[in-house]
Amino acid sequence: MFDESVIKTIFGRLTWESFPVHEPILLVTFIVVMTLGLGIVAAVTKYKLWGFLWREWFTSVDHKKIGIMYMILGIIMLLRGFADALMMRAQQAIAFGASEGYLNSHHYDQIFSAHGTIMIFFVAIPLIVGLVNYVMPLQIGARDVAFPFLNNLSFWLTVAGALLVMVSLFVGEFSRGGWLNYVPVTNLQNSPDTGPDYYLWALQIAGVGTTLSAINMVTTIIKMRAPGMSMMKMPIFTWTALCSNVLAIAIFPVLTGAFALLMLDRYVGTNFFTNDLGGNPMMYWNLVWIWGHPEVYVLVLPVFGIYSEITSTFTGKRLFGYSSMVYATVVITILSYLVWLHHFFTMGSGASVNSFFGIATMVISIPTGAKIFNWLFTMYRGEIRYELPMMWVVAFMLTFVVGGMTGVLLAVPPADFVLHNSLFLVAHFHNVIIGGVVFGLFAGMDYWFPKAFGFRLDRFWGKVTFWGWVIGYWVAWTPIYIVGLMGTTRRVNHFDDPSLQIWFVIAAIGAVIILIGILAFVIQIAVSIINRDKLRDTTGDPWNGRTLEWSTSSPPPAYNFAFTPQVHDLDAWYDMKDRGAERPVKGFLPVHMPRNTGAGVILSGLAMVLGFAMVWYIWWLAALSAGALLIGGIIHTFNYNRDYHIPADEVAEQEDARTKLLAAGA
Amino acid sequence: MSHATHAAAPHGSRRTYLIGFLLSVVLTAGPFWLVINHVFDPQTTALAIIVAAVVQILVHTVCFLHVNTSSEGGWTLLAYAFTAVLVLIVIIGSLWIMYHLNSNMMPMMGSGMDAQP
Repeated sequence: MFDESVIKTIFGRLTWESFPVHEPILLVTFIVVMTLGLGIVAAVTKYKLWGFLWREWFTSVDHKKIGIMYMILGIIMLLRGFADALMMRAQQAIAFGASEGYLNSHHYDQIFSAHGTIMIFFVAIPLIVGLVNYVMPLQIGARDVAFPFLNNLSFWLTVAGALLVMVSLFVGEFSRGGWLNYVPVTNLQNSPDTGPDYYLWALQIAGVGTTLSAINMVTTIIKMRAPGMSMMKMPIFTWTALCSNVLAIAIFPVLTGAFALLMLDRYVGTNFFTNDLGGNPMMYWNLVWIWGHPEVYVLVLPVFGIYSEITSTFTGKRLFGYSSMVYATVVITILSYLVWLHHFFTMGSGASVNSFFGIATMVISIPTGAKIFNWLFTMYRGEIRYELPMMWVVAFMLTFVVGGMTGVLLAVPPADFVLHNSLFLVAHFHNVIIGGVVFGLFAGMDYWFPKAFGFRLDRFWGKVTFWGWVIGYWVAWTPIYIVGLMGTTRRVNHFDDPSLQIWFVIAAIGAVIILIGILAFVIQIAVSIINRDKLRDTTGDPWNGRTLEWSTSSPPPAYNFAFTPQVHDLDAWYDMKDRGAERPVKGFLPVHMPRNTGAGVILSGLAMVLGFAMVWYIWWLAALSAGALLIGGIIHTFNYNRDYHIPADEVAEQEDARTKLLAAGA
Repeated sequence: MSHATHAAAPHGSRRTYLIGFLLSVVLTAGPFWLVINHVFDPQTTALAIIVAAVVQILVHTVCFLHVNTSSEGGWTLLAYAFTAVLVLIVIIGSLWIMYHLNSNMMPMMGSGMDAQP
């Protein structure tokens, strides 16, 4: 009755063999994840929180709640990505000579691919988007983003992509083609398994989310600034968020296009990136790096903004060279689009192509260097307060400059021919991404956490996090720089030369020190929640801030500002404090707000089912979910019940409570 | 509240749509005519088609998308110019890189091109 063709129609290529029950590592991971997951589900059910979570969080279109959900997603995925890192470090520390280690190359390849994919697409991007989502509308005095529903949809599409990557751990395999899913490894003939398909579908779905989110943020910044806030009075973080999101809009379509062509190659049998029949694998490299290099700046520009805000706040001075900072950001935005070939100098282009892209790459270091001097001159003769965020800024400057200089070294084509695909390169980009982006994200979280939750993060555990990451970074990556300079290549799971082992053992120790930093961060949040009454901030302005987000309460009310602030100066809130501006305490009006909707969750869930069905060739399910996605999207456009007014009484009630709190605190 | 402050985007008149339509027809039918009647040699024809296509993009931009210096306070034009620059960088850069790659590869490696079924 159940003959093979029927089963194949129903389940596609999904069989019992697709579940890796014979892999002890995966089995244990699966049991742990399931136990944790079921535990959380049970707890949420027991305390009857599903309704609350659905109404107040999952369906929320409030940019603040979406921002926090992005942060939670990023932190959870950081744990997963870091688990991969620990496994690689352990493997490379023991796999020398006769010892094969515990990971075969098939498994190891999946781990480094998943590590890179997760860390960039599902850790760095969600954390950046989360901070921009939370902070930027508050900084420009807006009540929400331009398209609140789109914001919710973007978030859930990113979650759907992340879930697909997680599913690949337990059902089938993940890509073995590196974090950009390189051809020819991922051509159908070389990888007939599900790995590259999981990668492609996960990133296409998440990529739609990122693109929509970028459009949303750019529109918000251009259209919804408070009156008086001209472009050159915008807080620097908003400026960097603008440039970063403009870049994202420009580059993500290229990535989507490249992935779509590879999908056609894998599903329909076209030959865009194959080795024969006129295909050209290097065209894939060309396209993904047109996305890939600007993406680095999509991540790092907002982080430069975070450092600028923190430096200015904790030195008690206006940012040195604000306009040069803005111009440097804009110049980096444009230049970052002219350097992508430096990722494949060795592919066979001639001297003129390589020297053009090499010089363009070196030129980027000029505006970046200008920024470093701006921060230094902001600190010069300032009253520096070494709170946690400021500590991260100093660690960033010391660490990032080294990464920047090794980057300029790699930009020299002849040097790159020696160092291409070596561990020196791997150490370089971990240097700039950990020392630049990750440190900045921790700085931003320490800085804005009191705004989001109304209490500060614990200082002691914050310091443990800080030293764990900073010391761990240097211990883990200095040896990798050294072995890379000696010529060790990347993506290798076993070495023959026993003299190298000591360096990898040191690197593994460094990774364990970073682990201490990560665990301390989780403890920091837990301890801060337990001690929240001691760490409470009632003023809404715990750091003596300078920009508008500190002018409202912590956490801000749903409507952010009872009255839209009027901006007269660059550091608008500092200017208001300086002039002794009075906070309005009466005459409140109803506030027009967008209404929550479950459409984002539902559409993203359908997108995820579509991705899963396509990965496993379950065509009926794919057709069904694609149809449902289309119809669901159309039905949502007929939902006219999209907004409501918060009555003036309610606004007055909340504002009066704040007035009392401020009076009590004074 | 800022939601209410949308500057109205220009929607153009019947006249601009008609002009745009007529120009598009000419710019589409013209290349067909050039190809069918073998007016120029193939290379000139190809160039003429590319020129007509680029002009048509501009016609659509002005007549249908209403991009001009004043709409949305200049933001539309700025975004359009920025997009044009980036698209040109992508196209010209990719062509340059791939052309260079092709000329540097050994002739044997290109033979797949001739082996099409």
